[in-house]
Amino acid sequence: MSASADKLVMMANQIGRFFTPQRDADPAVAIADHLEKFWDPRMRAAIVAHVAAGGTGLDAPVREAVGRLKKPSA
Amino acid sequence: MSLVHEIDYGTPASKSAETVKLTIDGNEVLVPAGTSIMRAAMDAGIQVPKLCATDSVDAFGSCRLCLVEIAGRPGTPASCTTPVAAGMVVSTQTERLKQVRKGVMELYISDHPLDCLTCAANGDCELQDMAGAVGLRDVRYGYAGENHLELEKDESNPYFTFDASKCIVCSRCVRACEEVQGTFALTIQGRGFDSKVSAGAFGDNFLSSECVSCGACVQACPTATLSEKSLIDIGQPEHSVVTTCAYCGVGCSFKAEMRGEELVRMVPYKEGKANHGHSCVKGRFAWGYANHKERILNPMIRESIDQPWREVSWAVAIDRVASEFKRLQQKHGRLAIGGITSSRCTNEETYLVQKLVRGGFGNNNVDTCARVCHSPTGYGLKATFGTSAGTQDFDSVDQADVILIIGANPTDAHPVFASRMKKRLRAGAKLIVIDPRRTDIVRMPHIEAQYHLPLRPGTNAAILNALAHTIVTEGLVNEAFVRDFCDLDAFEHWATFVSEPQNSPETVGPMAGVSPEAIRGAARLYATGGNGAIYYGLGVTEHSQGTTAVMALANLAMATGNLGRQGVGVNPLRGQNNVQGACDMGSFPHELTGYRHISDDATRTMFEKLWGVPLDNEPGLRIPNMFDAAIDGSFRGIYVQGEDILQSDPNTVHVKKALAAMECVVVQDLFLNETANYAHVFLPGSTFLEKDGTFTNAERRINRVRKVMTPKNGMADWEITLAIAKAMGFEMPYNHPSEIMDEIAALTPTFAGVSYDLLDKEGSVQWPCNEKAPTGTPIMHIGGFARGKGNFMITEYVATDEKVGPRFPLLLTTGRILSQYNVGAQTRRTENVVWHDEDVLEIHPHDAEERGVRDGDWVKLDSRAGGTALHAHITDRVAPGVVYTTFHHPETQANVVTTEFSDWATNCPEYKVTAVQVSPSNGPSEWQKDYAEQAEQSRRIATKVAAE
Repeated sequence: MSASADKLVMMANQIGRFFTPQRDADPAVAIADHLEKFWDPRMRAAIVAHVAAGGTGLDAPVREAVGRLKKPSA
Repeated sequence: MSLVHEIDYGTPASKSAETVKLTIDGNEVLVPAGTSIMRAAMDAGIQVPKLCATDSVDAFGSCRLCLVEIAGRPGTPASCTTPVAAGMVVSTQTERLKQVRKGVMELYISDHPLDCLTCAANGDCELQDMAGAVGLRDVRYGYAGENHLELEKDESNPYFTFDASKCIVCSRCVRACEEVQGTFALTIQGRGFDSKVSAGAFGDNFLSSECVSCGACVQACPTATLSEKSLIDIGQPEHSVVTTCAYCGVGCSFKAEMRGEELVRMVPYKEGKANHGHSCVKGRFAWGYANHKERILNPMIRESIDQPWREVSWAVAIDRVASEFKRLQQKHGRLAIGGITSSRCTNEETYLVQKLVRGGFGNNNVDTCARVCHSPTGYGLKATFGTSAGTQDFDSVDQADVILIIGANPTDAHPVFASRMKKRLRAGAKLIVIDPRRTDIVRMPHIEAQYHLPLRPGTNAAILNALAHTIVTEGLVNEAFVRDFCDLDAFEHWATFVSEPQNSPETVGPMAGVSPEAIRGAARLYATGGNGAIYYGLGVTEHSQGTTAVMALANLAMATGNLGRQGVGVNPLRGQNNVQGACDMGSFPHELTGYRHISDDATRTMFEKLWGVPLDNEPGLRIPNMFDAAIDGSFRGIYVQGEDILQSDPNTVHVKKALAAMECVVVQDLFLNETANYAHVFLPGSTFLEKDGTFTNAERRINRVRKVMTPKNGMADWEITLAIAKAMGFEMPYNHPSEIMDEIAALTPTFAGVSYDLLDKEGSVQWPCNEKAPTGTPIMHIGGFARGKGNFMITEYVATDEKVGPRFPLLLTTGRILSQYNVGAQTRRTENVVWHDEDVLEIHPHDAEERGVRDGDWVKLDSRAGGTALHAHITDRVAPGVVYTTFHHPETQANVVTTEFSDWATNCPEYKVTAVQVSPSNGPSEWQKDYAEQAEQSRRIATKVAAE
């Protein structure tokens, strides 16, 4: 993991709190898009692993978004 | 080469569209109505003798030298104060005028030292020139009468002297201080023969007065009364080169006036479109760091950070960088290394660093210091308007009716633009300031903000939503603008959101520490006061909701229709000289030049074809992510060009740990900065005086940087990056930075028309500059947004996780001071330290009283991240519960205290909100002492051995 799980969870939840009230129909899509566009693959891999381990601390839309992340191509 | 001479037209240009035809000395002249006769004459190439007139200030009419005769009018009116009229017939040289002028000059010279040969202004003295112009050959009165020749010099200012014996009391300095700078530090004291220029109040000298050393008075002085000390020391320059200041994001144009390869002085360039001939203390005078004894001129290496440095050849140093980076990638993978571009370096240099990382390192682990300042601007404005940049040019402020400043302190951080702003405010524009601190512009000579909202740090988004609430619920929305130019669904959604009760001033005000009436008043003024212009700085971006607040500002501008014309807009005041450029040049890990995402196949393919290498389509690590990855062990090596991450990034202890964990830290800088304490290779950098390139300022203006001397370190920064790339096996064959710009233009639609030829022709251009806008774009989003329809975003207020509590009951916010710049690496190595030689902690009298702290006491400043100690300054500039300091001095290390909380979208650190405690102290903390000792150890340089 490239950063502590707590830190990644906090960062992901911050993102979630921004996108959840936006008018997009599905905040999870917007959150996943943001993570894919701005998080380095090792950070995404770490948050995916965190969800696989139970996802403690992650807000629901964020957890859902992490589940939608595509596998890094490289 | 020769000196760049600028014409002094004597009085400012008229802005009238109407023209007037007149005759001057038999020549027909057509000029704008309102032009002075003096200026009209100069337009026709006729120089009327003058002393008290110069075109940077309004006409004064005191010297009586510029008299003319006008057919049909009695007397000899002053040509500077007399406007042209249709059909006027003017004579500038008649027998009568000659006699009058000679008499005037005779009086001036009778009370002036006759030391022309040894005078610093010899060869560049208007008094001398005028004596010649009027044919003065004799002074009938002699020199023995009462005079001012024995008056003392004031040499208190570190950069210029005031020699009263040479003063002709023309008031040009006083007027420049008032009209150009807006400080009002100078006055004429006394009457009649006793009249003299005086700085400040009785008993003051230039240093102790309110003078901000902008240099406007020195520039305006027609004699040697106010002279640069460097000019006195060196002598008159023999050639000059127009270049761009390397300090703040205003990007002032200067003439570097040279004698051989020695810089005599920096003189602001009147044709400079960002500064129009004005300057501040940093750009005008604080360039001495370029020759400072601590500047490192030879490359150095060491195996570990506890060893002293060893000077080596460039070849050895570059080979060490390449071999170490290759070793790290071989051992830890392609993603184990990265680089940081510098907002102090040129566009071409930042472009090369990101190209090296993407093409040579094979990953996207490149970031820039804009990460920690304006990255939320890029994200927020792109999401709402479609372009990651401010909307206006600086000149736009002249048309503003209401100026809203939030989280910015322009008089300190962007002083030259602040002078323009102050001029507009003195002319009647209204002012709203949203800032936890009572910054100078809230109340200063002839300026008083209509509203100052001293909000609690961290509540920007809430306050901006409350402003929006007022605008929407009170029916102040510019419906036509929204209907024509914005996404209506997004607007409706947003309008519903901001209308909710939790966003009302009555709910937000008490929470944010601002009266609801003031919020409503400010909102009404911004929405209805005419052209409303927003200017903001790091007090907006450096928050956990930095991006949200940027979007909230964009929402306000769209809702009120304050976009797409002069006098309005959303204007980020960029911190460093090339923050905008560094962002434009693809320095962010997720974006190529022109803000195009790395995952976009078409864009990436274009770069791959030209660069001849495949590129990773995944975003790389941002600076804070690099630190985390270093501590975790997956990031092992870094190339840092021109940024001191240890001093400038938050939570110093964390940054130290990250740097110490890396196996190869390469620092390229002018000095052994704090980051270099943890470096293994030091590559000496070049100053802005030693290289060619371009900087892009806060108004998207691309300005040329021109080399005026040979790099003292042997290589310009761009050449160093080329050498590393070559050693890494990724050759980038450029012979001159102009070729790099040509490549940028070929790859970047918004830069497609930019070339050095165009910049030389136009002076500067603002991007987008392409087929649609061949000479650039001063104002963005005219008749529609870059993204199509303006996009209102929901900006829900989320309180920061950084909370005050019993252990840390105060909120610390940080900022800058006029005389120092960023981490102070440059300005601390100049005479500017006379104004600010240490960081101090501003604390409200109530908070100081509670803690038994007196003004000037040492105090401990502790947060959850760490602690430091510094002197206290008790002031009600800050509200109770808020303390403030600067971050210019490594001895203080203000960032030991700041935390790693960051903006949700960009990871821009939340420097502006840290929960702290302040308590009395006896002196520097143990941490500071240990740090100083370690820094000293780390900066040891071993004696060079004969052979390498």
